[in-house]
Amino acid sequence: MKIEIREQPFNAWQELHGYQETCNELRGKYGATAVFAGTMRDTNASAAVKAMFLEHYPEMTSRYLDKIAHQALQQWTIQDALVLHRVGDIHPEDTIVLIAVWCEHRDEAFQACRFILEELKHRAPFWKKETLSDNTTRWVSSNTPAK
Amino acid sequence: MTITVKFFSSLRESLDMSSQTLNAQNVATVIDAWNQATNGAKMPDNVLVAINMDYVGRGHQVKDGDEVAFFPPVTGG
Repeated sequence: MKIEIREQPFNAWQELHGYQETCNELRGKYGATAVFAGTMRDTNASAAVKAMFLEHYPEMTSRYLDKIAHQALQQWTIQDALVLHRVGDIHPEDTIVLIAVWCEHRDEAFQACRFILEELKHRAPFWKKETLSDNTTRWVSSNTPAK
Repeated sequence: MTITVKFFSSLRESLDMSSQTLNAQNVATVIDAWNQATNGAKMPDNVLVAINMDYVGRGHQVKDGDEVAFFPPVTGG
């Protein structure tokens, strides 16, 4: 399992492919890979957004990402998982978060991936500050509901 | 005999303060830590609290050496 907070942009699909290639113990064992990639949009709440700063509480984000992933491991039969989350300066089209879960079957892969995402959104201490097209800034006050 | 208090995100900006060190003898609970660090500013209703990187309630006890963090609702992912 790999969990990292990244200060630099990353390509979600290259990361996914690269990580899977290193996991020899997965070969021939997994039947389902559920993947969520969260990407920055250029619009939010009816305003054009040109950049975003993602602040976090470093020691606590690491602790909670680890805690959430291990809760998923206890709840479902997960063969492996990858969680990457950006911090710092982010621009539209940049990946914010990548979650991948490898399991034998699709149901547990989907459920575990969704669990990690929703728990991360509700418990991991990250905060988004947007810069709008007129250079004003605003903090995002809450995440969008899950459904 | 100290307690470290940290503020993040919009709360840090509105209070114009990122951290403070308090004398542990004068702080029994989270509310005490907030009041001392902010000089009695009103705590916003939606503020979340963590002690030593774990979420706690506002009435939670604080002890010597603790790190108490205050921050608004999280918006990652």
